[in-house]
Amino acid sequence: MDDFFLMALAAGVGVSMVAGPLGCFVVWRRMSYFGATLSHSALLGVALGLLLGVNPMIGVVATCIVIAAAVFSMERDPRFAADTILGILAHGMLALGLVAIAFLENVRVDLMGYLFGDILAVSPNDLIWIYGGGASCLLMLGLMWRGLLSMSVHDELARVEGVPVSAMRLVFMLMIAFVIAIAMKIVGIMLIVSMLIIPPATARRFARTPEQMAIYAIIVGSLSVLGGLVASATIDTPAGPSIVVVAMVLFFATAMPGVAQRRA
Amino acid sequence: MTESEVMRPLLWAENLTVSRGGQAVVDKISLSVNSGEIVTLVGPNGAGKSTLIRALLRLIDCDSGVIEREPGVTIGYVPQRLEIDPTMPIDVRRFLRLGEVSSEADMKHALEEVGVADVIETPMQGLSGGETRRVLLARALLRDPDLLVLDEPTAGVDFGGQAELYDLIRTIRDRRRCGVLLVSHNLHLVMAATDRVLCLNHHICCEGRPDAVTRNPAYLELFGSEAVASAMAVYTHHHDHHHDLTGAPIDENNTHHHEHGHG
Repeated sequence: MDDFFLMALAAGVGVSMVAGPLGCFVVWRRMSYFGATLSHSALLGVALGLLLGVNPMIGVVATCIVIAAAVFSMERDPRFAADTILGILAHGMLALGLVAIAFLENVRVDLMGYLFGDILAVSPNDLIWIYGGGASCLLMLGLMWRGLLSMSVHDELARVEGVPVSAMRLVFMLMIAFVIAIAMKIVGIMLIVSMLIIPPATARRFARTPEQMAIYAIIVGSLSVLGGLVASATIDTPAGPSIVVVAMVLFFATAMPGVAQRRA
Repeated sequence: MTESEVMRPLLWAENLTVSRGGQAVVDKISLSVNSGEIVTLVGPNGAGKSTLIRALLRLIDCDSGVIEREPGVTIGYVPQRLEIDPTMPIDVRRFLRLGEVSSEADMKHALEEVGVADVIETPMQGLSGGETRRVLLARALLRDPDLLVLDEPTAGVDFGGQAELYDLIRTIRDRRRCGVLLVSHNLHLVMAATDRVLCLNHHICCEGRPDAVTRNPAYLELFGSEAVASAMAVYTHHHDHHHDLTGAPIDENNTHHHEHGHG
């Protein structure tokens, strides 16, 4: 096995370990479109990062935070439904990102890599980002777990019972922004949300508790990464999309009758 | 309420106003809830009942007025709706533990108290409307609350079940001596299970004991013919049940009331 294959596998599993548990909350809180809106804004973050000469990941996180804040403030406008606002920002920001990239004349940008992933080009530096940031993300998630779960069940009940809902929502959003930044290299901006949504959805069929669902989502996500990379190495398919295809196949395969009878 | 116990206010508000788009949804409302007392907010849909409750719980900001709580008061809240996404695998045990980290015995006891002893393993999404209300109530009780706040506690419950739930709320009050603030638009049933009624239509139209309020012109105007039937229901009910109304309501300057001769 080649080094770059192992590096890619380590990166993909690292991202799955954060995306699985976090994705469960995205599913429970019905925020997949919100996640898509943030991820579509990531390209603008890459452009800004390159323009300002900082790590594109920092640009992505910063842009995601600004967009999330914009969504929160605009969602209060009663004239527009939330999904209209998300739709405007998702596609508007992607377009703005593509325009901004075109302005970067003196930098060569691998646009396809950003849009659809470039997992086989993962560097040791990327791994430090994924595992260092991922570990702190998981630690935060562990500390916030019960409160975050409670507010996902009933926001106001959690507030009456003393959960600091606003602060937790903010940290949760920061973690989503971070996952988008690290998953960009793996499956690309266009497919990031699939890493957050598909493994938890598959895990749901086997899980009886929220914690089981989070752990199974990590396993399903890691298996998808492995499957996609093997397909890429053996039959030369594009790695990022292959990972998502494997995740989808796992989702539908476990939906077959006779699989996963023990629904909670 | 026994003679030795003195009612103390747990939660009170003065001149509370909450506006939405320039309109006062809650208009200069003053109220208080005492320990051991069941206070019911009734009013038509859109009268600002839920808004008032949410303001009192500090879930929304108010435009003016003050809300005070007795220091250290614990509030148990039963919200009007509970919609858990079907993708979340969560059973009743796990749901109860989200509120207060409780022992297995405490949880079983709370479920018994609300009459659903056998649902602890049931997924939350598999409960009926009535069972969901009772589990929410159990979660509130596990906090050992001084004040229970219930927003439409019979939402999604059939008629027979509604009467049972109000009976249960009264039993809990009698046993735990906690204060209860509840919201209802069901006049018939709630009148029999309450000490004091606040009739709300953005402002307080009238307030007092249930039998007095149901004969108040402001109340009759607000609820029309439905109120007449309700007044009948209160009378029959009151003579069946031994309602304990010794504690004098605090503000009833615009209602006439008579004394019940029992205690």
